[in-house]
Amino acid sequence: MARISAGVTSSHVPAIAAAWDQGRADDDYWRPIFAGFEWSKRWIAENMPDVVVLVYNDHASAFSLELIPTFAIGCADRFEIADEGYGPRPVPAVEGHADLAWHIAQSTILDEFDMTIINRLDVDHGLTVPLTLMFGQPEAWPTRIIPIAVNVVQYPPPTGNRCFLLGQAIRRAVESYPEDLNVHVWGTGGMSHQLQGPRAGLINREFDTAFLDRLTTDPEALRKMPHIEYVREAGSEAIELVMWLVMRGALGDHAKELYRFYHVPTSNTALGHIVLEPTS
Amino acid sequence: MTDVSEFDDIPGTTLFTAQRSRKGYWLNQFCMSLMRAENRERFKADERAYLDEWPMTEAQKQAVLARDYNACIAEGGNIYFLAKIFATDGKSYQYAAGTMTGMTQEEYAEMMLRGGRSIEGARSIKEGR
Ligand SMILES: [Fe+2]
Repeated sequence: MARISAGVTSSHVPAIAAAWDQGRADDDYWRPIFAGFEWSKRWIAENMPDVVVLVYNDHASAFSLELIPTFAIGCADRFEIADEGYGPRPVPAVEGHADLAWHIAQSTILDEFDMTIINRLDVDHGLTVPLTLMFGQPEAWPTRIIPIAVNVVQYPPPTGNRCFLLGQAIRRAVESYPEDLNVHVWGTGGMSHQLQGPRAGLINREFDTAFLDRLTTDPEALRKMPHIEYVREAGSEAIELVMWLVMRGALGDHAKELYRFYHVPTSNTALGHIVLEPTS
Repeated sequence: MTDVSEFDDIPGTTLFTAQRSRKGYWLNQFCMSLMRAENRERFKADERAYLDEWPMTEAQKQAVLARDYNACIAEGGNIYFLAKIFATDGKSYQYAAGTMTGMTQEEYAEMMLRGGRSIEGARSIKEGR
């Protein structure tokens, strides 16, 4: 049977893509940021998943205001790299796992989550930046990816609790898949950041640290956090953190922290990264 | 009905609610069109003419022409859509965010290097905290 063996979260700041793609990864500003992923790169090389269920949000790349799915799952064999206005990133296209993706779609829908099924999806920095941070610049990405896109742009996004419940449903789906696959669930986005208005540049290290702590010590408290608390305490774009709760829900009741990295600033953003292992 | 009034209690912050999305629909859809290289070229060649192809308000067009991102947001723009404009200009999120704060680009970058804007006093207009 397939199993979920780890959860990873990472911010997906677009400036990381620009720095990497333009060969500035070794600059003083960027070196500590990429260095913060060295442990994780070694760890994942030894624990390479067959498939990553990668929870991210589209930033007005694949979805405009014409169509705004709350939860959508990429069921294609392959996903192209989006042109976000600077031209597409020079990184490999993303190979999907259509069979498992369709299985998750069917299972979660019958589990009463109204998933949108996507057969064509160009993926933006929300999905590709974590791949760059975890895998560098390979010829092809070393794992297959099932994108799960969550709306966190148009209010209201799904609640943190709903995201957590979806994670639990994804776990049930994966565990009912007959093939023996090693599956990771990744949550991306966050941590504190605000990209707009006179309050832009907000960083709340205390909030972020507590959020990272509670992923293992008190996920129940995180489930109950209302949208207003994310945006008031950690910035308008910190609402992306609800996506981390999909990852956390997918790990089961108990999880152990294997690694954590937190760095300010990454452009406008507090970069947070954590690696968790289910223990129940 | 969801009470979204508390969203308007956060200083210097505009959340992309239903009402704003309706107001900014064509502004944001114009931004989406800049995802295509040929549209970016046409926009750069004659911004006004390109904007006039869209059913946007004059205030929205003026905000875009002036690259006044606070005004764009007041007119219903969303930052992830507006990003297509500053991407077309070859500018970064940090540049655009900085322009919305009243600080110079250098001052804003310096603030981020010092750990970012403090949350103290930036939580609530009503409660002044
Ligand atoms: Fe994002």
